[in-house]
Amino acid sequence: MSDIEERVKKIVVEHLGVEEAKIQSDSKFIDDLGADSLDTVELVMAFEEEFGCEIPDDAAEKIVTLKDAVTYLSANSN
Amino acid sequence: MFKDKNLLVTGGTGSIGSSICNYFNNNGCKDIYSTTTNLNKVRDDQAYIKFKEINLNNIENINLDELFDIDIDFLVLNAGLNKDNIFLRMSSEDWNSVINVNLNSSFHLLKYCVKKMVKKKFGRIVFISSVVAYTGNPGQANYTASKAAISGLVKSLALELSSRNITVNSIAPGFISSNMTDKLNDDQKNAILGRIPMKKLGNSDDIAKAVGFLCSENANYITGQTLHVNGGLALI
Ligand SMILES: NC(=O)c1ccc[n+]([C@@H]2O[C@H](COP(=O)([O-])OP(=O)(O)OC[C@H]3O[C@@H](n4cnc5c(N)ncnc54)[C@H](OP(=O)(O)O)[C@@H]3O)[C@@H](O)[C@H]2O)c1
Repeated sequence: MSDIEERVKKIVVEHLGVEEAKIQSDSKFIDDLGADSLDTVELVMAFEEEFGCEIPDDAAEKIVTLKDAVTYLSANSN
Repeated sequence: MFKDKNLLVTGGTGSIGSSICNYFNNNGCKDIYSTTTNLNKVRDDQAYIKFKEINLNNIENINLDELFDIDIDFLVLNAGLNKDNIFLRMSSEDWNSVINVNLNSSFHLLKYCVKKMVKKKFGRIVFISSVVAYTGNPGQANYTASKAAISGLVKSLALELSSRNITVNSIAPGFISSNMTDKLNDDQKNAILGRIPMKKLGNSDDIAKAVGFLCSENANYITGQTLHVNGGLALI
């Protein structure tokens, strides 16, 4: 598991209170992990903080799984 | 009452805005931030308020993160203006500036503040609307439209944010003695008094206390509502 993936997973675990083992890279935050739509906004804010980058709204809307987050952050974080 | 909490209230130089600042300051609020279009309008007795100069008419172009790097518990959207005329004589500039300052500016301030409130799972948002949003008023098509829009905004936001312990309410003042009502002549004032069952104008402290109530623990379970503070002028 990449470093980025590990950090993203940690945020998801902490924020959504789900067990790490339940998170697959393609599990959807809302449909599979019990997040509501505001949780997804909070997750994106937490990613921004952790990775020191700003995720614009149109990109944020497309981050619906762990994999989406890792792909975006690998390409865009410093 | 407001220990360790911060307030951002727009239009703190105005009649109602200054009373709101005072009330929160007297009740132990930590930091009080406000806005004005011109820092020269800030009075000497308002030194405790941290004012920023913003024209809400072009708030879109302002980076709020740079202006207010603060933690906000209470957001009171109070700044407002009216540019009255009968509808057929109303210019599109006067329509646009009233909608812009009274309504559109709230979109940007809310975006900025709600994000912070969601993060910390606490917030109290209070809009200052007006009784005429509910009754209509000849000569105020733009103003009443801008204020009536708030009532839908309050309800939708209240529903979206309830799960994060953020309440969203509005206050609809009746006629409050203020810079706005000082512009009326005696005939106009008497005509208004004749319609108010309490036979007096409200004062800006009446509004400040209502804002204080909605931000206090006494109102923890109240959201999506409009509180009418109008001496009986209109019972809605
Ligand atoms: N007074 C009443 O009877 C009454 C009744 C119902 C509702 N209300 C509502 O109560 C609120 C406060 O009214 P008030 O009676 O206290 O009026 P006010 O004394 O005229 O104060 C208006 C405030 O709004 C600010 N403001 C106006 N245009 C602005 C702009 N373009 N950008 C930024 N700030 C702007 C002013 O800031 P600066 O002058 O410092 O720039 C001032 O602080 C308003 O929303 C009004 O619609 C009042």
